[in-house]
Amino acid sequence: MAEVQLKNYNMNVGPQHPAAHGVLRLITELDGEIVERIDPHIGLLHRGTEKLIENKTYLQAVPYFDRLDYVSPINQEHAFALAVERLLECEVPERGQLIRILYSEMGRISNHLMNLTTHAMDVGAMTPILWAFEEREKLMVFRERASGARMHAAYIRPGGVHQDLPPELLDDVWEWTETFPAVMQDVETMLVENRIFKQRCVDIGVATDEEAMDWAFTGACLRGSGIAWDLRKSQPYDGYEKLKFDVPVGKYGDCYDRFIVRVEEVKQAVSLIRQCLENMKPGPVSSMDRKVVPPKRTEMKQSMEALIQHFKLYTEGYKVPEGEVYAAIEAPKGEFGVYLVSDGSNKPYRCKIRAPGFAHLQAMEFLTKGHMLADIPAILGSLDIVFGEVDR
Amino acid sequence: MADFIDVYLIPFLWILGGVLAIVVPLLLAVAYVIYFDRKIWAAIHLRRGPNVVGPWGLLQSFADGLKLLLKETVVPSGANKGVFFIAPMLMFIVAAVAWAVIPFDEGLVLADLNVGVLYLFAISSLGVYGIIMSGWASNSRYAFLGALRSAAQMVSYEVSIGFVIVTVLLCVGSLNLSDVVMAQESAWFFIPLFPVFVIFFISALAETNRPPFDLPEAEAELVAGYQVEYSSLTFALFWLGEYASVLLMCAMTTTLFFGGWLSPFDNFVFNWIPGMDAFNEFVPGVIWFLLKTFFFFFIFSWVKASVPRYRYDQLMRLGWKVFLPVSLAAVIIVAGFLVGFDMLPNAA
Repeated sequence: MAEVQLKNYNMNVGPQHPAAHGVLRLITELDGEIVERIDPHIGLLHRGTEKLIENKTYLQAVPYFDRLDYVSPINQEHAFALAVERLLECEVPERGQLIRILYSEMGRISNHLMNLTTHAMDVGAMTPILWAFEEREKLMVFRERASGARMHAAYIRPGGVHQDLPPELLDDVWEWTETFPAVMQDVETMLVENRIFKQRCVDIGVATDEEAMDWAFTGACLRGSGIAWDLRKSQPYDGYEKLKFDVPVGKYGDCYDRFIVRVEEVKQAVSLIRQCLENMKPGPVSSMDRKVVPPKRTEMKQSMEALIQHFKLYTEGYKVPEGEVYAAIEAPKGEFGVYLVSDGSNKPYRCKIRAPGFAHLQAMEFLTKGHMLADIPAILGSLDIVFGEVDR
Repeated sequence: MADFIDVYLIPFLWILGGVLAIVVPLLLAVAYVIYFDRKIWAAIHLRRGPNVVGPWGLLQSFADGLKLLLKETVVPSGANKGVFFIAPMLMFIVAAVAWAVIPFDEGLVLADLNVGVLYLFAISSLGVYGIIMSGWASNSRYAFLGALRSAAQMVSYEVSIGFVIVTVLLCVGSLNLSDVVMAQESAWFFIPLFPVFVIFFISALAETNRPPFDLPEAEAELVAGYQVEYSSLTFALFWLGEYASVLLMCAMTTTLFFGGWLSPFDNFVFNWIPGMDAFNEFVPGVIWFLLKTFFFFFIFSWVKASVPRYRYDQLMRLGWKVFLPVSLAAVIIVAGFLVGFDMLPNAA
């Protein structure tokens, strides 16, 4: 018999592909259905955010952070605000901090709802996503009522938050925390103990704790591998140290563990939201330093000084003292960090953004090796990747 | 000349009329079954589903069909044109032709074959050719992988469907589908053969590429599998063929396990009720047949909305390592039982 030259099957998945979660292009080498090699090509959504920020004042840079991970916009503003505040040595009043945590945790829930259910959709379950989006929609409305925008809120700003919450909003959020767990329970019954779902996720895409550390995993992906590392606990910011919550940790580092960790995090976030609501007292929501935070409109009508400050802040912006700082938050997807260098002017000299998804995507190659073609979307879904932040 | 008319023409017209009497309602049924499917799916998703075209969206399927009709048929540049076009036709023809032997009511069957079950089995196995041809002729890697998956899947599940049908036939003693129904007058076969019925139903899901076995068209990895390069009417034919074969599987389940056209109220549980006899007399069997068929379709949709998708190797494992041994054992147990207790039906 003549010798036959066997060749692996190359397949180009994406950049237009329903399971790529955006514009990911995966060059895959298949041996039958087994994945031999996978090569993610990124950069199709690159917008030069970091460079653009260098040409904007500190306040103008805020909305760019909404557009990084557009599934959890407010959390990222938080990181930038923290970085600027550390350079300015500016204090945020307690109510402002609680509102920030409130909206960060809402962002976490809305991010995880999206991720958990699209992960389910990647393995074929179509129903949970529509149930979860109903709740996500309510969260969007809460965001809209606070900031005026459903997605790109620009709500958390250096010095505090943009404006105070409308008075009835807190009651409505409390009411929502009463009804939401039932919906979450429904989603869980569809998936968590589902035999097919377990077969698709357990032991798929295993990252041991060592590998997870080596590849710079953070967030739910790291905790799924059994390492209890959460920036809200290890380096608390904005008063997380005063709130009570648990850090769920997985065991095996497979897709299923990452999924379960996120499910638990949603429950913890609900309890955090409730604690914020309970502790919320009337007071200022942002720093009273008028060199950073613009005065109220009513003040401007009466005070010449306020008018001048407003004019200065919205034309020139504020100058930030020379120095550099790295501020990181526990974003829903992992450690989201902002490294800021200031040369003392009103614009950042350099703004480096550390996106968790970027590190997670690098792991695709070793996570998928030896698995089957159908596991690629499952693994990709469990890593929780959004291209806005990977490509920046 | 008179001979010609009597011997050839009139029977031909009769057959033609019969074919039309099945195919036209079948196509209508497919159109509404698609609507029905989407509505059920939507209800489970807590959405509305199609509700714009016509009252309650009833004309949605026709609007979709018309839209597809008016679209351009795109043939990929590297495609094998002939095979590319034959494939969807084959899919549709195979799905339609099988209906010839399905008995809708006592005596209401186009071809009362005495090997009806074999015919059905043979025809439904042919469906895989359409898929393989489309996957190969499209000259696309997605389509090709989808076709390979589908071929492997249909072949594996046909084996267990075959054994399941054998167990039914053992209890009937005939391959004629009308006889199969008549044999269920005392008890519908799903009662004595319940485990076998479950295997049959799950295999039917796999055979028709419905979730959780929809991996040939697994959206997440293969986009639309073997149909990915098809557009316009060629796509519509796949669509129609797919739903026609889903309906066929529902009809087969009804015929083999749920007493075909027999009334569900014609038994000792209900017969004491005064007027029940007249009621059973009054309602034609075809109504019961259709109700049962649509009931199974409802279960098909329900399953679709509630389960994730199997992976290729898991599907194979289920087919070859679980269903095949179980159905094989069922054949032996049923045969042994029938022989041991001397209950074999008389071979007609």
